[in-house]
Amino acid sequence: MSERTAVEYLTLLDRGELTSESLTEQFLQTIRNRDPKVQAFLHVDESGALEQARLVDMRRKRGEPLGTLAGIPIAIKDVLCTAGQRTTCGSKILQNFVPPYDAHVITRLKQADAVILGKTNLDEFAMGSSTENSAYQVTRNPWNLERIPGGSSGGSAAAVAACEVPLALGSDTGGSVRQPASLCGVAGMKPTYGRVSRFGLIAYASSLDQIGPFAHTVTDLALLLEAIAGHDPRDSTSVDKAVPPYRQTIEQPVRPLRIGVAKEHFGKGLDAEVEQSIRAALKIYEQLGATLKPISLPTSPFAVAAYYVVATAEASSNLARYDGVHYGYRAASFENLIDMVCRTRGEAFGQEVKRRIMLGTYVLSSGYKDAYYVKALEVRRLIKEDFDRAFTECDVIMGPTSPTAAFRVGERTADPLAMYLSDIYTISCNLAGLPGISIPCGFTKDGLPIGLQILAPPFEEEKLLRVCRMYEQETDWHTKRPKL
Amino acid sequence: MVLTVEEVRWVAHLARLELSHAELALMAGQLNGIIDYFNQLQQVDTENVEPLAHPLPIQNVFREDEASPSLSVDAALANAPDRRGNYYGVPAVLE
Repeated sequence: MSERTAVEYLTLLDRGELTSESLTEQFLQTIRNRDPKVQAFLHVDESGALEQARLVDMRRKRGEPLGTLAGIPIAIKDVLCTAGQRTTCGSKILQNFVPPYDAHVITRLKQADAVILGKTNLDEFAMGSSTENSAYQVTRNPWNLERIPGGSSGGSAAAVAACEVPLALGSDTGGSVRQPASLCGVAGMKPTYGRVSRFGLIAYASSLDQIGPFAHTVTDLALLLEAIAGHDPRDSTSVDKAVPPYRQTIEQPVRPLRIGVAKEHFGKGLDAEVEQSIRAALKIYEQLGATLKPISLPTSPFAVAAYYVVATAEASSNLARYDGVHYGYRAASFENLIDMVCRTRGEAFGQEVKRRIMLGTYVLSSGYKDAYYVKALEVRRLIKEDFDRAFTECDVIMGPTSPTAAFRVGERTADPLAMYLSDIYTISCNLAGLPGISIPCGFTKDGLPIGLQILAPPFEEEKLLRVCRMYEQETDWHTKRPKL
Repeated sequence: MVLTVEEVRWVAHLARLELSHAELALMAGQLNGIIDYFNQLQQVDTENVEPLAHPLPIQNVFREDEASPSLSVDAALANAPDRRGNYYGVPAVLE
């Protein structure tokens, strides 16, 4: 019963065949049974969730108008501020931080009458590709508990995959929604930069971060995106553009459909089984009448380097606020103010966070800024121009989300650079600000999920969702659930 | 070596990060490998290419200069590691 989609639950709730309270209790029970193994959640708010659910049931009974997610349980990556509820960013430095305000998307979810079940695990400050960098616990891939779920939104991806919730929110700076979606066999989306307000999203890299939905199906993604997208005056980078009614048009196939296939997405490092699944998916689109157009994104080989310069530079600035002064961890002993700040950060940040702060500080420092930071921003423009050019010849670009399926826990932790290369296909999209989705498209012979990544021009989420729905209508990957 | 341990120590100072000797040594090795990887950006011809700091073509976003409610003092100080009245207590900056 926990295996259905949000859209299905909304119908059952609307018909009175289910109460939100019983649905919420069912998911809480699934969490109690499975999460000791999956470790997706950092905090679960059982009493708060049941109370929200009961309120929705009462209002439904009274015939009051309800929001679009009324009574649907949802999980939130612990990088989004939830007023009155601990928000840790997977770090010791915010171990006891209780935000005094809700993130914009949280306010929107409450307006939609969603039932927030709890906060999910992540790589510390969203820095990572495996969720192994959390200061608290390692989340496991529900399809194989010896494997990572991907990152940094591994907790949210795993929670949906394990049917602990039907919907979840994550954040995507270099692939952190799409890559774990791919590795966990669920659908995950990064909206266009500016589509969803970042107010209350604890910042990693401000020109790259976007909040994105996780679900089993693209219609559920559309449902959640509608609930959170739109202008917010509190985020000056959120764009004042109307949000299309994505669900209204999602069943309409896109015809004609030109699919760009970049040769740079099929080179060395791409696992043979992953490639096979992607090619099979492209064949299905051809059978539906789409044409494949070979394209080139010539600056792609430099995308990982450009990203790690830009993202770490922005992170070094964004994480400067964690100094033990106003909130969060403060070192117990110190000699003076500077010493307090240095010890606080040294003691409470994890290794990957420190590494990225160091890299960011270095590339912005006097003598190096032009060679690294400014250069990377120039390369960023070329990457964006590659896409602008490609999109004059095709409607969407398709390829693998991740070069491999889920790797083993501990397999890449000794070599940071090997870990960074997991993001090779997802990263350019953040640099260019484009929307992108990963949908399940198969399994390796070891039973590990494979994801198809689809990218579109800015603010074309409507077309992107319709293109994904075309594939879902022909396949059943989105109906598969792990046995736990 | 691209970075010496001394330079790593300097960067840690700029970043206000206290690192142990072991961390400094490990960090130096790892940072060198990563910065070496960054050096490949020099291969890209970016003559006459403007840096792209932001994916959206937006300019400064302004609002009317009108006061509106904000956090109460208590809410703002609720997470203070050391609250002193309506202030955050910190070690003395000046003698």
